[in-house]
Amino acid sequence: VNLICSLLLLSWWGGVQMGPPDPILGVSEAFKKDSNPKKMNLGVGAYRDDQGKPFVLSCVRKAEAIISAKQLDKEYLGIGGLAEFTKCCAQLALGNDNEVLKSGRSITVQTISGTGSLRIGGNFLSRFHAGPRDVYLPKPSWGNHTPIFRDAGMQLKAYRYYDPSTCGFDFKGALDDISKIPEQSVIMLHACAHNPTGVDPRPEQWKEISDLVKKRNLLVFFDMAYQGFASGDIDRDAWAVRYFIEQGHNILLSQSFAKNMGLYGERVGGFTVVCGDVDEAKRVESQLKILIRPIYSNPPMNGARIASTILSTPDLRSLWLEEVHGMANRIIKMREQLVAGLQKEGSTHNWQHVIDQIGMFCFTGLKPDQVERLTKEFSVYMTKDGRISMAGVTSGNVGYLAHGIHAVTK
Amino acid sequence: LALSMSIFSDVPQAPPVAVFKLTADFREDSHPQKVNLGVGAYRTDDCLPWVLPVVKKVERLIVEDDSLNHEYLPILGLPEFRSASSKVALGDDSAAIQENRVGGVQALGGTGALRIGAEFLRRWYNGVNNTATPVYVSAPTWENHNSVFADAGFKDIRPYHYWDAAKRGLDITGLLDDLETAPERSIFVLHACAHNPTGTDPNQEEWKKIAEIMKRRNLFVFFDSAYQGFASGSLDKDAWAIRYFVSEGFELFVAQSFSKNFGLYNERVGNLTVVAHDNENLTRILSQMEKIVRTTWSNPPSQGARIVSKTLNCPELFAEWKGNVKTMADRVLLMRDQLKAKLQGLGTPGTWDHITQQIGMFSFTGLNPKQVEFMIKERHVYLMASGRINMCGLTSKNIDYVAQSIHEAVTKVQ
Repeated sequence: VNLICSLLLLSWWGGVQMGPPDPILGVSEAFKKDSNPKKMNLGVGAYRDDQGKPFVLSCVRKAEAIISAKQLDKEYLGIGGLAEFTKCCAQLALGNDNEVLKSGRSITVQTISGTGSLRIGGNFLSRFHAGPRDVYLPKPSWGNHTPIFRDAGMQLKAYRYYDPSTCGFDFKGALDDISKIPEQSVIMLHACAHNPTGVDPRPEQWKEISDLVKKRNLLVFFDMAYQGFASGDIDRDAWAVRYFIEQGHNILLSQSFAKNMGLYGERVGGFTVVCGDVDEAKRVESQLKILIRPIYSNPPMNGARIASTILSTPDLRSLWLEEVHGMANRIIKMREQLVAGLQKEGSTHNWQHVIDQIGMFCFTGLKPDQVERLTKEFSVYMTKDGRISMAGVTSGNVGYLAHGIHAVTK
Repeated sequence: LALSMSIFSDVPQAPPVAVFKLTADFREDSHPQKVNLGVGAYRTDDCLPWVLPVVKKVERLIVEDDSLNHEYLPILGLPEFRSASSKVALGDDSAAIQENRVGGVQALGGTGALRIGAEFLRRWYNGVNNTATPVYVSAPTWENHNSVFADAGFKDIRPYHYWDAAKRGLDITGLLDDLETAPERSIFVLHACAHNPTGTDPNQEEWKKIAEIMKRRNLFVFFDSAYQGFASGSLDKDAWAIRYFVSEGFELFVAQSFSKNFGLYNERVGNLTVVAHDNENLTRILSQMEKIVRTTWSNPPSQGARIVSKTLNCPELFAEWKGNVKTMADRVLLMRDQLKAKLQGLGTPGTWDHITQQIGMFSFTGLNPKQVEFMIKERHVYLMASGRINMCGLTSKNIDYVAQSIHEAVTKVQ
């Protein structure tokens, strides 16, 4: 009895290690604790207006009012989600007139934002992909890509992408590495506004990548988390995705509405598989449902309802396009002001990359020790890789940021 | 434009999920007297979905509150939601909560809570990444239990005796025997109340016996609590088993769903309550839960959690909610009484006491597959092949037709 009692005093969990804090979300935690009135949170990629406040889009508020008035019930969605949403979601990415949508040879399921979409994709590959277990990520990539695919049962490899010497695209390195990827491997491409670098291939570079990927017979998995948010133009931002499909790649695609509709906490996303024909699309759909059901059964309604209302109501859609354009423009302006500020501070470094890069993030080129100084001395919070979220920069604090960056780099 | 041979040309067609197929078939049926006794969602006496009045009220408050935005929740979810949810399960006066050894992981419905818990157990329980730990689920159980634990990586999922078809009740002897013979440290998925699909729960004496063996044999307690309040109409009564086990010193998980008791099915509101030995263990557990959540959905959806949190944390709204829950539970109890009375009135062979003895949304009628097929094909009354009916699908308008249908199934089909 004594032994049993003493065993009961022990926890089951004595062997559970303390998990390290999430590198990205951990930045926000540290920021919250800082009492410096000039502190800046340039960690998480969530858009802020020029007052540094979260921005709820007007089109979202309007959509919510419309939905509220309808007094809808709360019955379970199907496993694949809200049909009106998945239709709009696919059309937004591929374009209304896309042959793939007309032929019905693709399937789109509603997912728990971009993360949920990538995870479903990873699980699907793990279960059904006959090719190698390797997913090739650009170097660097979003920090969460690696653990997502690992937990899904895939292995991770990388291809060269970012060139630290130019703070730009290592096109030659990318082509060189891609040319060596074993056939049928999965290659992940960021559709636009590469996270974390903000460095995107130019159209003619995308064309060469497409040719090479086709030659190597690789399975393309696009991650598109910033459609509309990158250039301000939804069609321009989806160009690479549409081009690849046109070129015959039957792609996998993850979409997120967290940033471009500001629906972060509502968890709105989609996962699309472009198949060979309608029959294959149906079979793939049935298997996606089998994967989804034991994770969360069916997806949440609220955000998908908001997104589909916006996309399918003409004046709300126009308003949305304006607002997304506005967000992208503010980011672009902040990039210009940051560079101007650095020049004004007397920095002799070349900061052109800050303007050339696109989307929410900027890979400043700062080294870890410089980042640490920027955080410790100036209360500017960012990830160790030197990435800053431009969304956290305002006309009110861009001068302070320029001052701080100059101080640690001069 | 030469499309290369598809990578997925060998993907087989998967069978549809049975319960959703049933509803799909029901929808296509044009028979005027058709009845859907399949999917587990509450219906009013007009056979309509019911958005709880308190939910409507709180939703309006949320829409009108301009200070609210759509920012990310923390990885583990809305803090006020997590603490209020765990409190609902464990009780206001819970010593474990006061001792700071209870934590919550907001999840996507009960399914999400089960999955996160299962993933954690596979990684950290009974060694590291021990996929061989046996997981026991009741025979029968909610069919998704098997898939949740299998997809979390567990290789050995076994049934434990539960439903006694002959006596239409709990096979307590078989259950206790399985507890005695299960390998030590096996995981047991227990239904906290309103067992799905049988509606048959252990009584308090039986729960005490179950607890005694589980403690003695070092078995892991994983409660699935999808119907708190919905079963008897009383939150406290429906949580008795959970609270008893906690008071007996178990470290355990409770997968909570607010789909049914809040009627928030499609907002995916759930919570994995973790009761640990002490705060230090709890902290490490939650840190690992964060890592699991981060690669599954990053952070949970905010709408449903806000509704539940506002309701649970405001005394007036909480009282109103309890009233709404009782309304639902009472209607189910009424339908149970009436169905049994009608079957007895018709002189339908067999005993029908189980209909009123069973509790919650479901009843295991005892109809065999052939009789079920008769019900669907000949009478257009849709129920699961197991003989499970959703009591919520019964109304004052259709109960006579359903009773008559059961009568015919039993008398005409063997």
